[in-house]
Amino acid sequence: MYDIEKYYNAHTLEEAISLMKEHPRARLICGGSDVLIRIREGKMAGCELIGIREIEDIKGVSMDEDRTFRIGAATTFSHITQNELIKKYVPVLGEAVDQVGGPQVRNIGTIGGNICNGAVSADSAPTCFSLEAQLVLTSFSGTRISSMEDFYLGPGKVNRKEGEILTHILIPEDHYKGYTGHYIKYSMRNAMDIATLSCSVVCKADRKNNQLLDVKITFGVAAPVPLRCHKTEEALKGRIIDRDLFTKTEDLIREEINPRDSWRASKDFRLQIGGEIAKRALATALWKQNALEETIYLNLCGEVETWK
Amino acid sequence: MAVGKSVTRVDAYEKVTGRAMFTEDLIGRQCYTAKVLHAKIGNGRVKKIDVSRAEALPGVIKVVTFQDVPKHAYPTPGHPWSVEAAHQDVADRRLLTDRIRYYGDDIAAVVAEDEVTAARAIRLIEVEYEEYPVVTDPFLSMKGEGIPIHEEKPDNVLAKSEYELGNVEEKMGQADIVIEGIYETAPVQHCHLENPISYAYMEKNRVVVVSSTQIPHIVRRVIGQALGIEWGRVRVIKPYIGGGFGNKQDVLYEPLNAFLTMQVGGRPVKLEIAREETFVNTRTRHEIFYDLKMGMTREGRIIAKEMEACSNQGGYASHGHAIVANGATAWRHLYDVKDVKAKACTVYTNCPVGGAMRGYGIPQVCFAVESFMDDAAKKIGMDPILFRQKNIYKGFFQDPYLKEIAANTNGVAECMEKGAEWIGWKEKRERYQNQTGNIRRGVGMAIFSYKTGVWPISLEISGARMILNQDGSVQLMLGATEIGQGADTVFSQMTAQTLGMEMDKIHIMSTQDTDVSPFDTGAYASRQTYVTGEAVKQCALLLKKKILDYSVKLLIRREQIPEEEGWQEKLDFREGKVWLLERPLLTIEEIGLESYYSLQESSVITAEVSLQKKQNAIAFGATFAEVEVDVSLGKVKVLNIINVHDSGKIINPQLATMQVHGGMSMGIGYGLSEELKIDSKTGRVLNGTLLDYKLPTMMDSPDLKADFVETYDPTGPYGNKALGEPPAISPAPAIRNAVLHATGVSINRLPLSPQRLIDEFTKAGLLKGGFKHV
Repeated sequence: MYDIEKYYNAHTLEEAISLMKEHPRARLICGGSDVLIRIREGKMAGCELIGIREIEDIKGVSMDEDRTFRIGAATTFSHITQNELIKKYVPVLGEAVDQVGGPQVRNIGTIGGNICNGAVSADSAPTCFSLEAQLVLTSFSGTRISSMEDFYLGPGKVNRKEGEILTHILIPEDHYKGYTGHYIKYSMRNAMDIATLSCSVVCKADRKNNQLLDVKITFGVAAPVPLRCHKTEEALKGRIIDRDLFTKTEDLIREEINPRDSWRASKDFRLQIGGEIAKRALATALWKQNALEETIYLNLCGEVETWK
Repeated sequence: MAVGKSVTRVDAYEKVTGRAMFTEDLIGRQCYTAKVLHAKIGNGRVKKIDVSRAEALPGVIKVVTFQDVPKHAYPTPGHPWSVEAAHQDVADRRLLTDRIRYYGDDIAAVVAEDEVTAARAIRLIEVEYEEYPVVTDPFLSMKGEGIPIHEEKPDNVLAKSEYELGNVEEKMGQADIVIEGIYETAPVQHCHLENPISYAYMEKNRVVVVSSTQIPHIVRRVIGQALGIEWGRVRVIKPYIGGGFGNKQDVLYEPLNAFLTMQVGGRPVKLEIAREETFVNTRTRHEIFYDLKMGMTREGRIIAKEMEACSNQGGYASHGHAIVANGATAWRHLYDVKDVKAKACTVYTNCPVGGAMRGYGIPQVCFAVESFMDDAAKKIGMDPILFRQKNIYKGFFQDPYLKEIAANTNGVAECMEKGAEWIGWKEKRERYQNQTGNIRRGVGMAIFSYKTGVWPISLEISGARMILNQDGSVQLMLGATEIGQGADTVFSQMTAQTLGMEMDKIHIMSTQDTDVSPFDTGAYASRQTYVTGEAVKQCALLLKKKILDYSVKLLIRREQIPEEEGWQEKLDFREGKVWLLERPLLTIEEIGLESYYSLQESSVITAEVSLQKKQNAIAFGATFAEVEVDVSLGKVKVLNIINVHDSGKIINPQLATMQVHGGMSMGIGYGLSEELKIDSKTGRVLNGTLLDYKLPTMMDSPDLKADFVETYDPTGPYGNKALGEPPAISPAPAIRNAVLHATGVSINRLPLSPQRLIDEFTKAGLLKGGFKHV
């Protein structure tokens, strides 16, 4: 049962900002797929809520004149996945958020809510990190832009200051043009699950010289916040794309990530899986831009070989 | 002919359109809501409880604690009661308790005007505990070093049993090869869609409880026992239910709810258990540890075998020792070995309570034994099917002690043949040998046997009532319950079959009401088509005889007396008509109308039987699975899987197939992902939600194939044997054996989850491991 004391419904951004000022105790709710679960658990009993799901200005995907992607924070996962611009220019983001829970959750859950919830397992987070997305936050005192890395503070904690609303997620053109990406969600089930570990790789290759020009690797659930693997990235940049590259990736990742031991999975387990999915995500991302031989790709990503 | 046909479920339209009424749909307005306060420790005692703040909250009607409920204990399992004290279920539970035996034990309850108020009041109750050390391991618990979980059992051992056939030690000595193995299963939960729910009210001086249960007549008796009131003052009503799988073959919160309505002047009180409570506070499948030993000849003939089994009961007895004992009994079936020994014990711990769950101890023992069989076959380098063929009983056999338990028909060898052919056994066993890559495939199999009902270990009784309506249709009333398995449909088919009428002329009452429904103990032990089916058949035969008797009188009254000598004895009732040889004389419509309204002789034609069934037929089956293992990700994908069953005559092939699909899905979860994780320090369930408890989704399930070897069992009312539970039994060991084939790694504890696979593959050297921890 949902123990909710009061519900205020905002129709415009301005209304939401003033409601937040009038009711400092109130929490924002958009799709509700995280907030309602906590309320049902009794953790927020007697809470006040401000609904922002009817604010049209913070919904939808568009491209600015300078070809920066502008994604409304209240855009649902389904809408992102099905958006034609996303499919064409940053398919990895659409693919990543298509792995959230099940169809019902993807129809209500929003990308902004996913980010502001601060969960390290959020399916949108690793890809937003790897795309170096920027967050637009608006309050009474104005608008500011934050990087993903600055925004995530700890488990369930984000740097959303009092009175602020996340309105948009921006992806500048030079973050996606010429790049491909791949997101692997490792979970115990193929649906209706959260990530035990997840990895998003975004990269750019020089096909002529068979060289990895740029790579960005981010892990979910490998540290208290989504983790950009800068050390590994630096070590991989400029390398020739061969089998060795992937062995190197696997080893470096296992040194860089710091997952924890929990009843859900042991640290050793996560280290094993971490190296493996980073390797496979990189291989798939390269394969997507025709920068990897099909035989190596198949060999790394699940070919049944011996009995054929 | 209705039996053997895939007729549409009689409740199909109700359930598909949402018209079917479940317990919650029936609750009227002005019903109070109750909530239970659960302990926040795993072992100990309540030192102090203060409910004053809860009582003061507006909207709270009543707060009761362990201090307010009857002092005596009562039993909860859905067994028939025994008139012999020695065979009665263990009575070890009170409605509410101050002695906390598992994390979440029930301390107090609140009745409030609405759910939010009840939840708020629960949070306002202050409890002080005295904590004892928590023990979740049965081997540790049976040392009996701490304060006993129940005073009556100082060493925490609920029960022990053993038997020996022949001379096992001597035969082991003669064996060419002796092999041993340890196998363990995990506790799992039923995860029926509808959580346990009931509402209770008083009517005259009686208490009425409407509940989502498999066993309304047993719930009635247990409420009487728990409250210490006459059983006749209790009325239990069971509407449609959203699954049970054995969890609702236990009396859960119905007695507390009956008590609560009596505390608030008989006003209706609803007590609905949340999913999180269902995981922790209802029942689970027992975790069982097996230590197996087998002596065989070089040619693969088993000559002696020995089992030691230890079952983790949790905090209360519930179905108790019956579960592991059922597995010990099955240990002497299926395989033709004359020298057999089994020892079993059941131990109280501070875990959630183990109870009945689809298969009743047999999925556990089947995992252990069938894994052991493959390990043994591997050791002597024999094909697993051939090894089993050499050792199974062929044809008739009976239990050496309980002789009424018998395989009058035995199709297990044919089940193996069918399964092997479908999966492509020979070719794939060959092809998947000696793989070295990361992705590997394998095929595996397992077989099982299963009793039908509980006779002679316990009582089998059933009843049926039929009434001929004015229009010639038949009203069918049973105490047996529809719990989603299709019971209402097959009983209607049986009635139509024996009466020789069309299905649409049979009207079954789906709801059981202990005030009016014939006595039957309910849905469990795969008993209903066999035991209740017998009552239905006998009742239909009786009704048929009464219809013919009335027809004789009616023909005489109408002066339509046939000329044939002895015509009275030659009348037959079929196809809705009374016939004299090939000549139709009366229709059932005429008979029905006359029986109600004839001015000369009105007497409604009814039949009722109550009978005991003193037979027990053994059913069989096999699972064959083909898997693909991703070694470095620790994932198993089931590519193909088939269950083949010998359940005697199949009453409704479509429903039977669906029953098999459901069981296979349950078995796949048992094999690969499901496990109730319990913190050994606190006794707390760590993953008691549908997010953290990994019940497979449709995306995790392969296409499921079901097939049958149809025998005709002479003891089944229509040639039928058990089918309800068997489909869930053998998938887990078949998958485990397929993984063994694919990787060469024996995994001896369920489930084969990614964590366990990575650990075992690392141990076996398939993965490097040994990572530095930064």
